[in-house]
Amino acid sequence: MIVAEQKPLDEIRRMLGPYERVLIVGCGTCMTVCNAGGEREVSFLHSALRLAQAKSGDGAHAFSEYTVKRQCDPEFLDALAEKVGDVDAVLSLGCGIGVQAIAERLANVPVVPGVNTSFMGMAKELGVWDERCAACGDCRLEETGGICAITRCTKAILNGPCAGTKNGKCEANKDMDCGWILIYKRLEQLRQLDKMRRYYPARNFRAIPRPRRIVVNKGSIANAGEGNA
Amino acid sequence: MPNSLFEEKLNSNGFLVTTEVGPPKGTDIAEMVHHIDSFKDKVDAVNVTDHQSSVMRFPSLGGCLLVKERGGEPILQMTCRDRNRLALQSDLLLAYSRGITNVLSLTGDSIDVGDNKEAKPVFDLDSVQLLKMMKTIESGADMGGNPLKGAPKFCIGASVHPEADLIEPQLIKFEKKVAAGAQFFQTQGIFDLASLRRFMQYASQFRTKILAGIIVLASARMAKYMNDNVPGITVPQATIDELASAEKGKGLQKGIEIAARMIKTIKEENLCHGVHIMAVGNERVVPNILEAAQLDGGHH
Repeated sequence: MIVAEQKPLDEIRRMLGPYERVLIVGCGTCMTVCNAGGEREVSFLHSALRLAQAKSGDGAHAFSEYTVKRQCDPEFLDALAEKVGDVDAVLSLGCGIGVQAIAERLANVPVVPGVNTSFMGMAKELGVWDERCAACGDCRLEETGGICAITRCTKAILNGPCAGTKNGKCEANKDMDCGWILIYKRLEQLRQLDKMRRYYPARNFRAIPRPRRIVVNKGSIANAGEGNA
Repeated sequence: MPNSLFEEKLNSNGFLVTTEVGPPKGTDIAEMVHHIDSFKDKVDAVNVTDHQSSVMRFPSLGGCLLVKERGGEPILQMTCRDRNRLALQSDLLLAYSRGITNVLSLTGDSIDVGDNKEAKPVFDLDSVQLLKMMKTIESGADMGGNPLKGAPKFCIGASVHPEADLIEPQLIKFEKKVAAGAQFFQTQGIFDLASLRRFMQYASQFRTKILAGIIVLASARMAKYMNDNVPGITVPQATIDELASAEKGKGLQKGIEIAARMIKTIKEENLCHGVHIMAVGNERVVPNILEAAQLDGGHH
């Protein structure tokens, strides 16, 4: 799922400076699971903003709140469009996609982001998420024992570890596992080290022109150029 | 026809000696020129490092031009950290056109250990792919398959880490580098000759030349610092203790002694094809090391 962190309160307050009536919009999917922007966080942030406003003596803003099931899906934005009324801005606690989906939907209302969208990851333990996929568009997990070299190696290199690995850790961060040592150990366990002995050519970044679009019935990825309105 | 003077020496059976110079952080090249002049005629080639430890500096290619100007034989260190394939290919065309034809392919240290930590790490290619790319442009086409008007020819080298704590994955990569055309290897720093012997028992089956990396340590403190902060380096406790045994202010002298002793043993016992001396910031003592190792005759 998509993992994000809520922005610092000061930054959010700075962005909201010019707007009097603000609707805080949560997202009921990934942002709820990673505790960055679900219904609960919307309510907490609402209180925090009011408190900060009262403390600073700056009482110019009126906040309201609303959480949709999925900000990235237009189907769930119909109800939001009705709810918006005459607010001056929307503060979205959706991921970067949610913010943009709302912006596309509401032609005349500025939308500001309340979270920093960080990565696609998995829950490691309560309150801890680890990045596991870079959405590179060219999955090589079969070659690397189900461990992603693009994500787990800080250099995203394809032909084995660099010389900076020590005690199974990465030179960039001694607390972080070296992705290539993990791959080596797993391939060894699976008796598939031949896969590591193969030469892997340079990545084809054309496989992932940005922005990408997936058209499911054609099963292909096409460059989202014209007609992307 | 060899592609370089260094390649000619690689093909002979002499004991090879290379060293390296780290370019300055800034435009003042006087000290680098001084270092180059002090050892260019006593070694077979001089590497110029490429933003070593991810610290932004005067470029490797610029340093190689200087080595060339001063009459030395340069080895261009090229990392994959800072340039995509267009920039790497283009720099290689420039290098060849100016007579810089020895290239050492390296992954490049992580941005996180350097002094411009917010930079974007590139790694469009890795060190094996960079070797392959050199073969590609030598064939007269770029990586996109487009013909080149004039193709370069290089003497190609790479790096290997015989003292890695988990050696097998490093050897798998070493073999990929050999297969990709690496004619020579300059190893990461060797501190324990037993590991070099073990590595050579394995590596001697391949048709490539191995130059053992010799790092000159200036003090026990420096050794400990490098263990904690420099990627790929593990100085053993015995070496740290020996450095610590030096009289106050004589640490570097002890480091020179250790380096020279290792070089002499490597040469006398014919452990590998040569040595690559890394003085990391103490380039001024390279001539002293050569002298102490009795390698300053200029012909090995």
